[in-house]
Amino acid sequence: MTRTMNKTRAALTACLIAMLAGPAHAASGWGLLNMPEGVTELSKKIYDLHMMIFWWCVAIGIFVFGWMIWAIVAFRKSKGAVANTAMVHSTRAEIIWTLIPVVILVAMSVPSARVLIDIEDARNTELTVKVTAYQWKWQYQYLGTDVGYFSTLARDSNSARQLQSGVDPETVPNYLLDVDRPLVVPAGTKVRLLLTAQDVIHAWWVPDFGMKKDAIPGLVNEMWFKVDTSKTGRYRGQCAELCGRDHGFMPIVVDVLSKADFEAWLAAQKAVVKQAAVAQATPAIS
Amino acid sequence: MSTPRGQLERDNKRLTGRLALMALGSFAFGFALVPLYDVLCAVTGFGDQKALARAAEVAPQAADESRTVTVEFVADLPNVGSWEFRPVIASMQVHPGKLYETEFVAKNLTGHDTVAQAVPSVAPGNVAGYFHKTECFCFTPQKFAKDEERVLPVRFIVDRALPRHLDRITLAYTFYDQSIRVGQR
Amino acid sequence: MATHAHAAAHDDHDHKPHGWRRWVFSTNHKDIGTMYLVFACTMFFVGGTMALIIRAELFQPGLQFVDPQFFNSMTAMHALVMIFGAIMPAWVGLANWMIPIQIGAPDMALPRLNNLSFWILPFAFLILLGTLFVPGGAPAGGWTMYPPLALQGGDSFPMMIFAIHLRGISSVLGAINVVVTIMNMRAPGMNLLKMPMFVWTWLITAYLLVAVMPVLAGAVTMLLTDHFFGTSFFAASGGGDPVMFQHIFWFFGHPEVYIMILPAFGIVSEIIPTFSRKPLFGYESMVYATAAIGFLSFIVWAHHMFTVGMPLAGQLFFMLATMLISVPTGVKVFNWCATMTRGSLSFEPPMLFALAFLFLFTIGGFSGLMLAIVPADFQYQDSYFVVAHFHYVLVPGSLFAIIGAVYYWLPKWVGRMYDQKLATWHFWLSAIFVNVLFFPQHFLGLAGMPRRIPDYATQFADWNMVSSIGAFGFGFSQLLLPYIIIKCVKSGAKAADRTWDGAHGLEWELPSPAPFHSWESPPSAAVIARGAEH
Repeated sequence: MTRTMNKTRAALTACLIAMLAGPAHAASGWGLLNMPEGVTELSKKIYDLHMMIFWWCVAIGIFVFGWMIWAIVAFRKSKGAVANTAMVHSTRAEIIWTLIPVVILVAMSVPSARVLIDIEDARNTELTVKVTAYQWKWQYQYLGTDVGYFSTLARDSNSARQLQSGVDPETVPNYLLDVDRPLVVPAGTKVRLLLTAQDVIHAWWVPDFGMKKDAIPGLVNEMWFKVDTSKTGRYRGQCAELCGRDHGFMPIVVDVLSKADFEAWLAAQKAVVKQAAVAQATPAIS
Repeated sequence: MSTPRGQLERDNKRLTGRLALMALGSFAFGFALVPLYDVLCAVTGFGDQKALARAAEVAPQAADESRTVTVEFVADLPNVGSWEFRPVIASMQVHPGKLYETEFVAKNLTGHDTVAQAVPSVAPGNVAGYFHKTECFCFTPQKFAKDEERVLPVRFIVDRALPRHLDRITLAYTFYDQSIRVGQR
Repeated sequence: MATHAHAAAHDDHDHKPHGWRRWVFSTNHKDIGTMYLVFACTMFFVGGTMALIIRAELFQPGLQFVDPQFFNSMTAMHALVMIFGAIMPAWVGLANWMIPIQIGAPDMALPRLNNLSFWILPFAFLILLGTLFVPGGAPAGGWTMYPPLALQGGDSFPMMIFAIHLRGISSVLGAINVVVTIMNMRAPGMNLLKMPMFVWTWLITAYLLVAVMPVLAGAVTMLLTDHFFGTSFFAASGGGDPVMFQHIFWFFGHPEVYIMILPAFGIVSEIIPTFSRKPLFGYESMVYATAAIGFLSFIVWAHHMFTVGMPLAGQLFFMLATMLISVPTGVKVFNWCATMTRGSLSFEPPMLFALAFLFLFTIGGFSGLMLAIVPADFQYQDSYFVVAHFHYVLVPGSLFAIIGAVYYWLPKWVGRMYDQKLATWHFWLSAIFVNVLFFPQHFLGLAGMPRRIPDYATQFADWNMVSSIGAFGFGFSQLLLPYIIIKCVKSGAKAADRTWDGAHGLEWELPSPAPFHSWESPPSAAVIARGAEH
């Protein structure tokens, strides 16, 4: 795609969004209309793919809906339209509207397959974090170290979300999307997650990372992401697979640090673990 | 009716019978999907995780020294607190075709004698067809006395045919205490 | 046959049994059809109430009304009730009423079996709805019943399995009856390729039912033995595989989706030609497209579970197969458009619902195509985008087609015309609110809201509120349907035998209301020829 086309598309998207939403702030509820572009290599490719298919659908929609509306407007009995009852069949037309969609599908499937192959390429990962899902919390373990901890819904969200708690969720910062201890990963690094679950099936999803994957008891699944170096910050997501009563209350928060900050953080964590081990003289979580 | 009534009734019965058989066949097919699923996984070589729980019979292969693959070991416990289970080393650099041995350590903290079964799994799933184990504690249930700690060996070969686009394999075990059934409350 | 005898005279002539016996022991396809439709309508309002509980809770962030566990029960039960209790019985009811009439048969081939397959249903749903009152509450693991979560169910778990078994038996018996009726009971001269599209789509649907309902029965039986008899089909601890359940379930589940939509294609293929006063364009390609969709439905199941971690080749295969479905579906949409082109269109209530189907089902088709793209599906999967997609296919898809069918054939059933103005109101309210209800759910899903959650982060509040307003508007608008029907039965004006001037088909060759026993002697070749001008 050329740059101009991308710009045209962006402009069209903006128009569409403006039409649908009216005046709205980009980050507020009304403005949240589309998939986030995300902050990883893959999330952008996925976003582009999503937009490509979306525009294909818009184009096909203009044609199909245009045809429908034209037929409804132009051939009204009330306007004196007389039916042409001999028009019952046309092999040529039917072949055309079988073949053209096939061509469009091929045009869609090639880039999709390409992105899929990229997603499946988990080579050269630099950090592996094991993610274990529980009803209803996440456990993160940094493979090859003794660093590991649970991540559960933040306390203020948890008290506000109780039935008829009387707390206005609007007053709770990051309501339902905050945890006590976030996952910490470095930016610009290919991070691999090994996903498994202890009880039932869960799914780990951070929309800004473009991916979700199921965490299944008795199986390990893997997925990877590489956050752009410039995109350090805090990203949020949720469990995506129904996992019981508190399925809606096991959020995911990821802190993306610069490589140096991450190394410092990890070293500090290792020291804490070591201290604890010495203090208690009990083996750390493996 | 052009067909006499008796004829029609016979036709109806025959077709009903056939359709009922088809329905029964579908019911049986539902169950047949269980072995078929394994067969499909085995034939396509994709993610036949169940083959991991069996001893593989592999012809000795010459080691491919030109290629190094990282194998990670992961231990999982569904009942935290009642067992201790961990790999002795976290990962190994291996050459495809060569036989390696590593160990896991398990300790029974349940306070009674029990039997546990390790269920293996590899990631990515399609590696299952290339990961051969000649010896593993996961082949049979393991008896543990109260407070017993044991070292459990695993011997494995990564197949030389491992697809080139893979450089890392994770071998995970979930250690299920047979006296506790998971997934039920 | 075209005599306008008094309804009372018909009654005497027909020797209709009276009182409760007429219904409980009924072997008459019209009475059984009516019972199916009344049952479906009842369940539609039961399931709708559950949907409104869900939308009431989601009106605002925070938990205002229900416990999360009960909320999960509502999502699971809403799906089970709507799929198995409303949409499917409505199709069987329409099949019962119309198939014998449309093919010139005196009744269904197996009338006593017909009675049995209906009367199983109320018991199945008494058991299913009874789970709401047992300790531990109703099933809360989703209608998809994925283990291990489904195995955590309490007393409701075996009840749900039993209800599904009963319901499955009812479906299979009903489907067998439809196939035998269509294959053996057609009037002489009614060739397969002269059959109305509704009969064709039902024939293919019935084969799908016979093929996949027992697979579901097998899957839930395995769940049952896993729970109670120590097997481990799906328990990793015993060497089983929880993912395998999903494969078996969706092997049933995807054809099930088409079981709910194929008869809708048939209905729309009846209504659009009637109100375009023009035969259906490309009848034969419509038949082949339906068969192609039926076939493809067996090889796309894994697109419901791309995130479980499948090998690349599998993902590619299921992506391409799924995309392929849009080809025959596209053929159908284009054929409908071509049917309207150069027609003479009028916009009575059935046509309005068929047109809404055409527009909104196409939107559901677009989101379906987007969902087929595996990398993008990694984002969409289990988000509200999926909820929006399948509701677009099922509500303005299947449900609108059912309502359209009721408005199309109601005058034939009761011999009276309904209040078309009120029905037009019903249409506009439904068509507007259904979009207010489901369109914002696309935005929610894309912005990252997972499905099946009782409470959400505050940035999702705005669109959820819009969606909930749409839900209440839509739900209450539907009360017009029973009102219009009751009013029609009680005080509608006499309907003509050929209610719609553009209508063809054997049903319009019968008087209105259709007599209790119709086509006791098969229609003549001339009548069939007149009816087959579709």
